[in-house]
Amino acid sequence: MPADRTVTAAAPTVKAPPGPFVAFFRDFSENRAALVGLIILSLLVFVAIFANFLAPYSPYEQFRDFVRTPPAWAEGGNSAFLLGTDEIGRDMLSRLIFGARLSLFIGLSVVVASMAVGIVLGLVAAFAPGWPSIVIMRAMDVILSVPSLLLAIVIVAIIGPSLTNTIIAITVVYLPYYVRLVRASALQEKTRDYVTAARVGGAGTLRIMFKTVLPNCMAPIIVQAALTISNAILEAAALGFLGLGAQPPSPEWGAMLASAREFLQSAPWIVTEPGLAILITVLSINLVGDGLRDALDPKMRRS
Amino acid sequence: MNAPVVLNASKLARFYAVPRGAFKAPATVKALAEASFTLEAGKTLAVVGESGCGKSTLARLVTMIEEPSEGHLMIGDTDVVNADREALRKLRSEVQIVFQNPYGSLNPRQKIIDALAEPLIINRKEMSAADRKAAVLDMLKRVGLRPEHANRYPHMFSGGQRQRIAIARALMLKPKILVLDEPVSALDVSVQAQVLNLLVELQESLGLSYLFISHGLSVVRHMADEILVMYLGRVVERAPREKLFEQPLHPYTQALLSATPMADPERQRERIRLKGELPSPFNPPTGCAFHPRCPRAFDKCKVERPELRWHGETEVACWAVERDEALVATQAG
Repeated sequence: MPADRTVTAAAPTVKAPPGPFVAFFRDFSENRAALVGLIILSLLVFVAIFANFLAPYSPYEQFRDFVRTPPAWAEGGNSAFLLGTDEIGRDMLSRLIFGARLSLFIGLSVVVASMAVGIVLGLVAAFAPGWPSIVIMRAMDVILSVPSLLLAIVIVAIIGPSLTNTIIAITVVYLPYYVRLVRASALQEKTRDYVTAARVGGAGTLRIMFKTVLPNCMAPIIVQAALTISNAILEAAALGFLGLGAQPPSPEWGAMLASAREFLQSAPWIVTEPGLAILITVLSINLVGDGLRDALDPKMRRS
Repeated sequence: MNAPVVLNASKLARFYAVPRGAFKAPATVKALAEASFTLEAGKTLAVVGESGCGKSTLARLVTMIEEPSEGHLMIGDTDVVNADREALRKLRSEVQIVFQNPYGSLNPRQKIIDALAEPLIINRKEMSAADRKAAVLDMLKRVGLRPEHANRYPHMFSGGQRQRIAIARALMLKPKILVLDEPVSALDVSVQAQVLNLLVELQESLGLSYLFISHGLSVVRHMADEILVMYLGRVVERAPREKLFEQPLHPYTQALLSATPMADPERQRERIRLKGELPSPFNPPTGCAFHPRCPRAFDKCKVERPELRWHGETEVACWAVERDEALVATQAG
């Protein structure tokens, strides 16, 4: 980029203003809780990605001689199984590590899917004021009027219980929030002068929708996405617990809870550990989401 | 002497339907009615009036953001009302607009270089990226900004700089007509002068025609060749600049002029104070819309609406002015 070089040479005293990312991170890290959440979350993501290398055993391998071994630090624990084993002798730690991968995958795919569909539907609803808007918004009202878990159960019951179908069901459940959010912010941005200026400059409706208006609506959408991940993980766990989500051999946290609940008295760690894993994951994501909201909300930003 | 006409509006009107709840028929607001004017190449036509008089509606019609409800609008040789899509697309680069509020008219997520290049990307598809960049940097220089400003975001600029950027963006397509919708009223007085000077400079070097919209006469004084005074959606007076400032005919113009502050304590003027408020455009007064507030109103004003008539170099719509003229004529004759 030779042109850039001449620019800096012409005015060497001018310090480059901080990029938007630097400014964003400065705002974000001011919130200590969010930073802690981010650290835990990064750790979780790391564990999920490298589960194959980090887990001591396969999550499906059964050690028949070590059924229901307590965690290593408890009485009767075995240092070969740090967090103990479950009711048929599978290593809890390995299962939790692989479960992290599943849960984060579910959370992320739900968010990406509902965000993508929600953005398109929301923008169409904002820019096509006639019947498309009415059809979309009333359909979203219908989805919102059914309790979310109930709706997810109904959808899974119709299309059959599996991991993919869980993701589809939860995506549908969270779609209305995105559609409404996108439509509301798009309607607000649409009236601004810069949109008119783009129109006078010859921009077509599609360009205005996705290139002019959408980037200015992204802040609340990103916050919503961060907060949806945790809800989606919870909902997937709930479906798993009800036997409608991921099916038993897979180390999904909700399914682990469900299959171990009869041992709550005799072997509490089998139930407690997946529950704690869900708690920590959801908490860290929520903390990060809060930090994101503080850093991205234009009303709270100092210029 | 006469430059070619770049903009010709005849009986231009724009109505809005305003819904009044489920059980009433929507009301019609005549935001603009029977506006006729021409704009010559390289000249400035100022449109003056208080808020709600239809001047921003006029700007939206001329920039083809909205279609006129009635009347005709010729830009160059093309009739906007009957033009097909292709012709309209071409016209887009002929007329551009600069908005009042420079804080709302720039996309906060777009770098300056992208904001300026966008019209070129859309309308000059054959242009190479390098040419585009060169054009953007050249235009930045023209409006008094430095090339290193190109990679910054709008929030890093002051109001005056933003308005320069907005002007630069409007000029990227090399338009013939620039609509200036109160381009300096959101700025500090010192910055106003800079921006106005820049506009004058650009007009001379690029041969632009300006449609300059303003709510006060003081700003227009140094810019306009011809002035259009509007009241409640109608043109009440049209005059060359000197004529309007020396000898305003319409009582509303006289009131506007007397309200314009002057930096000269010696010159005491009689301040004409208007009674009352601007009437609701939903149900404008009968006859001349100005009669409830007019110091010179008489019976005829309440019944019949005056049309624009020539009085010397001025076109004015006022019964009182016509009565004066008739009086002078009978005395002379």
